[in-house]
Amino acid sequence: MTSRLRFVIRRLLLTIPVLLVMSIIVFLIIRLVPGDPVRTMLGFRATAENVEQVRHELGLDRPIVTQYFDFLGGLLRGDLGTDIVSHASLADLLAQRLPVTFELTGLAMLIAVLVGVPLGVRAATGGRWIKRATEGFVVLGVSIPDFWLGIMLVLVFASTLVLLPPSGYVPFEVAPLDNLRYMALPVLTLAVGEAAYILRTTRSAVESVMTRPFVGFLRAKGVSESRIVFGHALRNAAPSIVTVIGIQVGVLLGGAIIIETLFALPGVGRLVVTAINQRNYPTVQVGVLAIAAIFILVSLVTDLVVGWLDPRVSDGAAT
Amino acid sequence: MTATIVAPATPQRRSKRASNNAVLAGAIILGLLALVAIFAPLLAPHDPETVVADQVLGAPSLEHPFGSDALGRDVLSRVMFGLRVSLLVSLAAVLVSTAIAVPLGLLAGYFGGLTDTAISRVLDMVLVLPALLLAITFIAILGPGSTVAALAIAVIYLPILARVMRSSTLVVTRNDYVLGARARGAGHLRVLIGHVAPNALGPVIVQASVLSAFALQLEAALSFLGLGTQPPTPSLGGMLSDGRDVLSQAPWVEIFPGLTIVVAVLSFTLLGEGLRRAFDPKGVAA
Repeated sequence: MTSRLRFVIRRLLLTIPVLLVMSIIVFLIIRLVPGDPVRTMLGFRATAENVEQVRHELGLDRPIVTQYFDFLGGLLRGDLGTDIVSHASLADLLAQRLPVTFELTGLAMLIAVLVGVPLGVRAATGGRWIKRATEGFVVLGVSIPDFWLGIMLVLVFASTLVLLPPSGYVPFEVAPLDNLRYMALPVLTLAVGEAAYILRTTRSAVESVMTRPFVGFLRAKGVSESRIVFGHALRNAAPSIVTVIGIQVGVLLGGAIIIETLFALPGVGRLVVTAINQRNYPTVQVGVLAIAAIFILVSLVTDLVVGWLDPRVSDGAAT
Repeated sequence: MTATIVAPATPQRRSKRASNNAVLAGAIILGLLALVAIFAPLLAPHDPETVVADQVLGAPSLEHPFGSDALGRDVLSRVMFGLRVSLLVSLAAVLVSTAIAVPLGLLAGYFGGLTDTAISRVLDMVLVLPALLLAITFIAILGPGSTVAALAIAVIYLPILARVMRSSTLVVTRNDYVLGARARGAGHLRVLIGHVAPNALGPVIVQASVLSAFALQLEAALSFLGLGTQPPTPSLGGMLSDGRDVLSQAPWVEIFPGLTIVVAVLSFTLLGEGLRRAFDPKGVAA
């Protein structure tokens, strides 16, 4: 077996305990609620029979170990239960909500990478003013809370200039152009902070590669500067940039919870926030589960990509 | 061979003086904000919770420099009291987290082996969920409120701070003076408290000050979602959530609390980055 293949298998196997830990955390959400979670969910006007019935439906009257295996079994079968408020199937609800979150975070990350990486390279190799300007962008991008930036963008682009709608959502398959108009401000809001992080990482990764002796050797050989930067420095900096992009997906998913609420986008994040305020625990569980699962999957893919980009990582893991 | 190659113009590290200036600027702004927060009851021109019917959405004026909100409450006074809550929650969170993380990281780094594995694996579990999601999960279980928000933030930071403490302990433990102390017959506890801990704390303090900036943002985000500090207690995040509905008529309700968060976060960041350059040149905390 090649060391590469062994690295991939090892990394895949490592995901199993992480998924199990996540399933336990999500399983415990409803069970750790102080007092009687069913009573809290239904409110004080619910009758005792009603409370008992819901408790039975949720399986909370069975032994805790049985409950956990029922829960795991349900997950594996794709049976996520039903929403307490709307009585809709949670699997269907998730299928409606997930594409919105995917579009929001995916577009934001795409823009952040398209802006952050080239600017980061310029910041590492360019003159003094570009260093100053990018430094300013990084400090502001990291310090401005995304939800406040979102509100300010609404103030400028929706309230004052009336160019874009302040909030709302139209599915892409219904009206693609309108969908993008609704998505523009939320995506921009999330992308600014991300671009700052990616710029900073790219800059320091490229900077550290540019000080390595082989760069001087390439220069002495007469290789053009742009070839050194893009063909060698960026190539060597790629693993650290990809690692940070992977980590930042988690931050972006957290940001999506706020941004979806701010812009009234029907994504998974808003689903969770609404469910918490309604004490709708089964829906909270499913929403948390979905976001955490995406996060774990993205970390897996990131590690595999880094292993592929930098053979030392995959070889080192196998020895 | 490599020595003869002329090193390319390395991207210059920021000079020591610039970094001192950054620390100073961060410390001064933070100090001013802290004074405003502490003395809010004396400094605030109005009561932050008093509803004044004829002042609804009043524009900034001499009487109300930051204007007034949808209930006619003075925005400046609310920002002052909100800052109090925000700083308190974020500092409490970081302090609690550091107080638990330091001994854990110290034990893991000093003893290594099974102790290290046990502590590190348990802490790793916390990192399974994205930070904000974890905080929200915590609040979903215990119910919203500023105490729960502080606890949630503390839990998120625990593995990060413990990891930094662990790696700096690893470095310090290998020093000769630690071996010397052991050889002189000092017990583990004495070596840990007297020799290892004081020398290993630097990077943790740096990391804690950087994390305070994020704690402030997190607290504001949670309160904005209605999951942190509960009304009528003013909080910066909660004010942003109230101001959203009146954004086009009265942008000042939104702009001032937001700017306050930005300034506070910025000063924590300046302070943290400056401290990092001063105390942690090897970048253990990075």
